Amino acid sequence: MTATATAKNPSPPADAAPAGVAETPCHHCGLPVPAAIIEPESEAQFCCGGCRVAYDTIHGCGLDEYYAVRDRLSQDRLPASGGGGRYAAYDAQVFLEKHARRLPEGLTSIDLYLEGVHCAACVWLVERLPQLAPGVLDARLSLASSSARIVWDPQQTPLSRIAATLDRLGYAPHPARSSSAGDASAARERNQLTQMAVAGALAGNNMLIALALYAGVFDGIEPRFASLFRWISMGLGWLSLLWPGRVFFRNACSALRARTANLDVPIALAIGVGALAGTANVLLNRGDVYFDSLSVLVFLLLVGRFIQARQQRWAGDAVNRMLSLTPTACRVLRGGEFTEEPIETLEPGDTVEVRPGELMPADGDVCSGASSIDRSLLTGESLPCAVAVGDAVVAGAQNLQATLRVRVTATGESTRVGRLARLVEQGLSDKPKLVQFTDRIAGWFIVVIIAAAGLNFAAWSALASVAAAIDSTVALLIVACPCALGLATPLTMALAIGRASRRGVLVKSAHVIETLGGVAAGRPGRMFLDKTGTLTLGRLRVVDWCGDPGLQPLAFAIEAESNHPIAKAIVAKYADTAPQAPAIDDRAEAHGYGVAAECDLGDVALGSPRWLAERCPSIPHHLLAAIEAAEKRGKTAVAVGVNREIRAVLSLEDELRSDATAANDALRHTGWATEVLSGDTAGPVRAVAQRLGLTPAATRASLSPEDKLRCVKGAKADGDNQQRAVVMVGDGVNDAAALAAADVGIAVHGGAEAALAAADVFVSKPGLRPIVQLTSLARRTVWVVRQNLAISLAYNTLAVSLAAAGVVTPLVAAILMPISSATVLAGAVYGLAGEGKN
Amino acid sequence: MSILFLMVPAALSLAAIAVAAFVWAARSGQFDEVDTPPVRMLLDDEPTRKTAGPPTPSGDDP
Repeated sequence: MTATATAKNPSPPADAAPAGVAETPCHHCGLPVPAAIIEPESEAQFCCGGCRVAYDTIHGCGLDEYYAVRDRLSQDRLPASGGGGRYAAYDAQVFLEKHARRLPEGLTSIDLYLEGVHCAACVWLVERLPQLAPGVLDARLSLASSSARIVWDPQQTPLSRIAATLDRLGYAPHPARSSSAGDASAARERNQLTQMAVAGALAGNNMLIALALYAGVFDGIEPRFASLFRWISMGLGWLSLLWPGRVFFRNACSALRARTANLDVPIALAIGVGALAGTANVLLNRGDVYFDSLSVLVFLLLVGRFIQARQQRWAGDAVNRMLSLTPTACRVLRGGEFTEEPIETLEPGDTVEVRPGELMPADGDVCSGASSIDRSLLTGESLPCAVAVGDAVVAGAQNLQATLRVRVTATGESTRVGRLARLVEQGLSDKPKLVQFTDRIAGWFIVVIIAAAGLNFAAWSALASVAAAIDSTVALLIVACPCALGLATPLTMALAIGRASRRGVLVKSAHVIETLGGVAAGRPGRMFLDKTGTLTLGRLRVVDWCGDPGLQPLAFAIEAESNHPIAKAIVAKYADTAPQAPAIDDRAEAHGYGVAAECDLGDVALGSPRWLAERCPSIPHHLLAAIEAAEKRGKTAVAVGVNREIRAVLSLEDELRSDATAANDALRHTGWATEVLSGDTAGPVRAVAQRLGLTPAATRASLSPEDKLRCVKGAKADGDNQQRAVVMVGDGVNDAAALAAADVGIAVHGGAEAALAAADVFVSKPGLRPIVQLTSLARRTVWVVRQNLAISLAYNTLAVSLAAAGVVTPLVAAILMPISSATVLAGAVYGLAGEGKN
Repeated sequence: MSILFLMVPAALSLAAIAVAAFVWAARSGQFDEVDTPPVRMLLDDEPTRKTAGPPTPSGDDP
């Protein structure tokens, strides 16, 4: 990355390039290439090392068609995320036994979770793996889970080579965890799908039969045909109850045995009573059969359960993905030498070596070396922190600068990340169940209708004739079809979710819409916003230079080789001064403090003002004032010293997103009490809160992930009394537990995968505006749902009363019923028609 | 109209065949993954070995 750089266009780094400036697109991913690393003599330009390696690999194997396929199928552009990782540990016996499966004929199969999978062209490329890596027989990529199942011949090629090939293509592989649990849940889902389909087929056929019977009541039917249809309806009805519907009876039985009651009890009671009454009527050849309504009810309830089960599977995936991202291999000290081993063999007390750029494999204490580590994803701190011998480090933190040796104190699930994963799991399983409302309505609906029908029949038989009783009861049963009631709500929700996804907001469940839409100016909700990466860009930028501008090339030169985020910000800002950069000698980095070096100006140093004060006792007043002003505003100050004198001061800031203030105002106006929860230190958090216009009471800093979780749970406990919705918006692993526990968790663009997986909503566009749009869409949707329920309820009440009064004949009822369903469906479609169009 | 005694069971057994086909498909995993196959179908079976790519021919030529 050291630049043979020219400053053709003074464009800021990567994606911040303003429109209108001629950009050089990366040859692999198409994103603009930073000016500092453009190589004028080369034909192909790359935005990063990952893209270069990916292009070389693809091109070298003659798979250039990938680019044509991608341009044809996808608009998304992502830089290759391969980290140049090493995969020697993938060949260890322990690793293979844990993650791979043996197949007949000496083959082996493994599921790998791939980072960076995003479009159809990725499917194309990954499934060409047999051409890229000899020995691979088959590779199947699943876009939904970003995992690839790979079958290979271990005699021909080791797994490490396959993994390295995937990594070079830009898909850093991780073994997918707990595939056995995945298989079990897949089997359960297949079973549910089957049951739902069978119930649907039985319900459909039963309704056809019922149509013949109803037509017969009106038009006349020969008794032998009537009894044929009644018997068939009974057969289909019992089949539907005993095959797909037995789940309700089984659950109700086990609930009663445990002396508790769940929603299956009233449902089982209702359909059981309905079936017995229907059977009696068939055997005695009198009255009505209820089996058509029963089969439809079983079907609708199973649809609801199917959707719910899928959500729970998402929850399981969330946790697995989080665990998949922890490193799989580490270099551990065995008999005086460091050897690469899979992480599973690691035990407390071992010593591991962690090089710059690598993630900590386990929790532990540093036993030699000094470096700085980036814990931003785990804690939300925007600045890396320095670690030295004796300091504790956590699994998942990234080592930035120098090699560290760490004595392990906790591994796997007992690490900080592992405990967080369990909190996420807990939070997700505590979420309220979605279909309860529909379940309850459906159960009582049928009880009420059967009671009404029985009463109606008895009253009419007593007061008038049996024939009139039959007429009015049939009319009642037809008009009281639960279809409108059972379908209107899910349909409106599904439409709203579709509209949201058109705006780049992916909503995982309908309860999100219900919760968000329930908040209005009169019924306030609480929204917690994370700072780093959510309200801010999560990336430092140089915002001010105070002092001699002639020193900018020097700052660039000193920091050019460093990995530190501050250094990267300075290099990006002053890349166009690279041609004037002086030559630098004797560069010495003091981890966490700064860099000292020598050049033709003399001794130079760049670093934190406090560290520099020791080396450069002389400091002009205006620079001292600049340092104080910067720190007061929560900015990070960096000083540049030449020959024992401080000559310039830079201030850096994690910039607020451009739409953050407007979004915050819009949210507050529509009834949301916004608060900031941050893991960062108080200074920067207060600065951000001030710019948003939030009071100090609504701002909390230096929170651990557990603290955030506690805040959200506390707010929920308060909120439950007043029915207030609690929403968490965040991006990092440190937010994941809080996201999962909140009524609605929203993960913003650019967040960690674990956060995306734990949240209910994923915003795929940068900025906070989509969240504002989502809340307004949700309000609108809830309004439409209420309107539909009101229409449906009013219709049912009115129609049942009219039928009982004998005003509605079966024919009129048969015409009214579809009209009512259509009204409700049309209400859903037109109610949301204006939403979702930009 | 007595033909109904034959036709209705016949129609129902046709429906039963469709249900059986679906059950088989679901149990053999045809619906496990519904996101990738519609995309995979858009891709050509064999990579055409034409030099469609950008210049710098350091790779293999056909």
